[in-house]
Amino acid sequence: MSNWTKIAQLEDIPRLGSRVVKTDTMDIAVFRTGDDRVFALKDECPHKKGPLSQGIVHGHKVTCPMHNWNIDLEDGCATGPDEGCTNHFPAKVENGEVFLQLPL
Amino acid sequence: MKDKLVLIGNGMAGVRAIEELLKYDPDLYDITVIGEEPHPNYNRIMLSPVLAGEKKIEDIILNDLDWYEDNDITLVTGDRAVKIDRVRRCVETESGKTFDYDRLLIATGSKPFIIPVPGADLPGVIGFRDIADVDRMIDYARAHEHGSAVVIGGGLLGLEAANGLMKQGLDVTVVHIMDSLLERQLDATASAMLKQSLEERGMKFRMEAQTTEISGDGKVERVHFADGESIDTGLVVMAVGIRPNIELAQSAGLYCERGIVVSDTMQTYDPIIYSVGECVQHRGECYGLVAPLFEQAKVAANHLAQVGTSHYEGSITSTKLKVTGIDLFSAGDFHEQEGDDVLVMQDARLGIYKKLVVRDDIIKGAVLYGDTIDGTWYFSLMRDGTSIADFRQTILFGQHDLGDAGHGEAARVMSLPDDAEICGCNGVCKGDIVNAIIDKGLFTLDDVKAHTKAASSCGSCTGLVEEILASTVGEGYDAAPGVKPICACTDHSHDQVIAAIKEHELKSMDAVREFLEWKTPDGCATCRPALNYYLLANWPEEYHDDPQSRFINERAHGNIQKDGTYSVVPRMFGGLCTADQLRAIADVSDKYQVPEMKVTGGQRIDLFGVKKEDLPAMWKDLSEAGFVSGHAYGKAMRTVKTCAGKTWCRFGTQNSTGLGVKLEELTWGSWMPHKFKLAVSGCPRNCAEATIKDFGVVCVDSGYELHIGGNGGIKVRVTDLLCKVETEEEVLEYCGAFIQKYREEAHYLERTAPWVERVGLSSIKEAILDDEANRKALYERFKLSQKYAQIDPWKQRAEGGDAYEFTPLKIA
Repeated sequence: MSNWTKIAQLEDIPRLGSRVVKTDTMDIAVFRTGDDRVFALKDECPHKKGPLSQGIVHGHKVTCPMHNWNIDLEDGCATGPDEGCTNHFPAKVENGEVFLQLPL
Repeated sequence: MKDKLVLIGNGMAGVRAIEELLKYDPDLYDITVIGEEPHPNYNRIMLSPVLAGEKKIEDIILNDLDWYEDNDITLVTGDRAVKIDRVRRCVETESGKTFDYDRLLIATGSKPFIIPVPGADLPGVIGFRDIADVDRMIDYARAHEHGSAVVIGGGLLGLEAANGLMKQGLDVTVVHIMDSLLERQLDATASAMLKQSLEERGMKFRMEAQTTEISGDGKVERVHFADGESIDTGLVVMAVGIRPNIELAQSAGLYCERGIVVSDTMQTYDPIIYSVGECVQHRGECYGLVAPLFEQAKVAANHLAQVGTSHYEGSITSTKLKVTGIDLFSAGDFHEQEGDDVLVMQDARLGIYKKLVVRDDIIKGAVLYGDTIDGTWYFSLMRDGTSIADFRQTILFGQHDLGDAGHGEAARVMSLPDDAEICGCNGVCKGDIVNAIIDKGLFTLDDVKAHTKAASSCGSCTGLVEEILASTVGEGYDAAPGVKPICACTDHSHDQVIAAIKEHELKSMDAVREFLEWKTPDGCATCRPALNYYLLANWPEEYHDDPQSRFINERAHGNIQKDGTYSVVPRMFGGLCTADQLRAIADVSDKYQVPEMKVTGGQRIDLFGVKKEDLPAMWKDLSEAGFVSGHAYGKAMRTVKTCAGKTWCRFGTQNSTGLGVKLEELTWGSWMPHKFKLAVSGCPRNCAEATIKDFGVVCVDSGYELHIGGNGGIKVRVTDLLCKVETEEEVLEYCGAFIQKYREEAHYLERTAPWVERVGLSSIKEAILDDEANRKALYERFKLSQKYAQIDPWKQRAEGGDAYEFTPLKIA
């Protein structure tokens, strides 16, 4: 598994913000946290499919704009007491460039 | 090697402290919990419903055995800690086990006080404290059908025990040494009402009765009183009070008075030994209610986790009796002193009694009987020290009389059936909330919101949820003394943050978080938008707005809809428009295939279903046609609604549309603590509905009436009249000054209606009417901030600003 795809420069994503990558099958939200790490989740809240890319990023979490569920960016799962997970995809920064392992 | 933490006492306070500690750092300590009872941690408050047969033991377990295992906690049950060796730093138990500690937490709780009369040690004399006591009572009731029981003590615990025993089929007599029941919670009037209604249920009373002896041959048979009379019974429940369990601490040489004396950091005189719960004495007070104990647990955990930022400063508490069908509530100091005012409402037939003790327009205490719906409201007014000067005349009628038409009479929640919907936004019924409180062991409003979603959207049912919580848990749970933190990231309240930003000239979010010792590096979705607003409002010339701290609607300058598309509302000043403007809107709708259009309540046109990527181009077209953003998506000035006015209307007294346009030109673009709406009506017929707006103008022949603090939303609230002025210039000045005061002082997400109620109309009048220099200064500050706010965000983005927000990434 080395299908890393370059998707952007790190500075293309605002710190504590996100961008959307559109693929054939789904929208993927790519987040940049305060410590300049990147995470990628399917852009769909496990609750009512709200676009997570539009939420507020804090720590390693994002708050869904629809009903304020907090989703852990590392595993795509809702933090307690809410329950549910969305897909998460490997993402990394190398030399200021953001790479994603896209679903096949 | 991890440090060792030992907790003595497997009860609610101690285990809560461990839970809080695990939240900070689950791997800091090797934790051992020593509990005397054979059970895991259970909800002691719920023993009364268990006794009354309304709940089962398994319903009230808070932390089951799996919880201890999952968190790698060594649990010792059915064994008692008998010695603390402070030199060798270890705890010894009755069975001879020894546990070393680096930090020790004592939460030994309390025990029922047994009156020292002859026979008090006979089998059949018990307290009402733990599961074993409840088991004994239930066993007795089963073995003695229609038997009798005596409860000594007419306090909360005694009455709950008596009620439970009665439900178990026993003939119960309550023996009380005073002349009225619950004398610490109720005044004489309410107490008499309570006694009467308990008597109607079959409970018997023996008042002003001193127990002198309990007699029997090997077990309880009879209780004797000072007047020579006696009652035959096989069960005596002592519920005359509790005593902190301090013997263990005392024998270890820790300083104790009534309880184990602790500092504001919950440390005993030995700084590596902490103590929380009913065994503790803090600033001279011992607490027997769960809310203060949880506050203490939080503070102890904060220090055990080596964060060391929080302090316990005592609690104000309120109580409710958990006897189904009897509503009573009391809080604070309700026995009036000289100089206090007493407000009373009494209706014997309806069984309603309300009494407030007021000093200098601030509530000091409250007793409610029969109608306790406003208990939580009075409690919060008392806790926050809110002046009631402006609504004292009506305060006893309750909060709904204060313009809250939201729920009114329907709000007597405890009499509602389980399937009554409480939270209309999320469809949560009363039964869901009660079950969650009991099953999940919830104690705070935040817990209930998180678990049930009730009160977590529009918030209008917050009072109802608090009422259910108070009734179910049986006491005021919100014991934070006057300071409600903005969110879990900080211990500071909105007011403290606003004050710090001003006083210490904090001009960036990092500066605020560093100065006020935020617990998270970049805040959360609650505090970031608040800080961003406060900084923007205080430093309009210097602070740069942070888009990533804005809710999506404000970041994208449109309203996100449930399908992820946006809605667009162009500004139409004063609600006026021209044929060209309407044509431009129609053209834009065609071009971007807008699926639906609607005229809004604020006299604007809403275009729904716009794709995010299309927004900048659409704005470009609208901008070229002369439109600016309508800010329909923001905590911002929204619209000025107007009526036809004297240009056309035969009743019009002034040019209401013209004034509306001027007001909108003055105020558009302004960011606010919450949304802000204006209206101008051309005559007292008030067709623009100005008296339910944040700022409303009603034109009269001789000038302009200015109204403030109205709301047509969740809670309908009619405005208060601020004043009457004679010229349009004055209207603009007063409006600007009022807005600026609101912008500078209100809490983020607090609308003008609750803000006016919180600070009081008189303080606003003082600042704006009585102090001309202050009014002019406020107005100038508002105009200064408008210089930076009145830059059309749509035009900026149409010209390429924040392009990343609207364009997806392309895969290279």
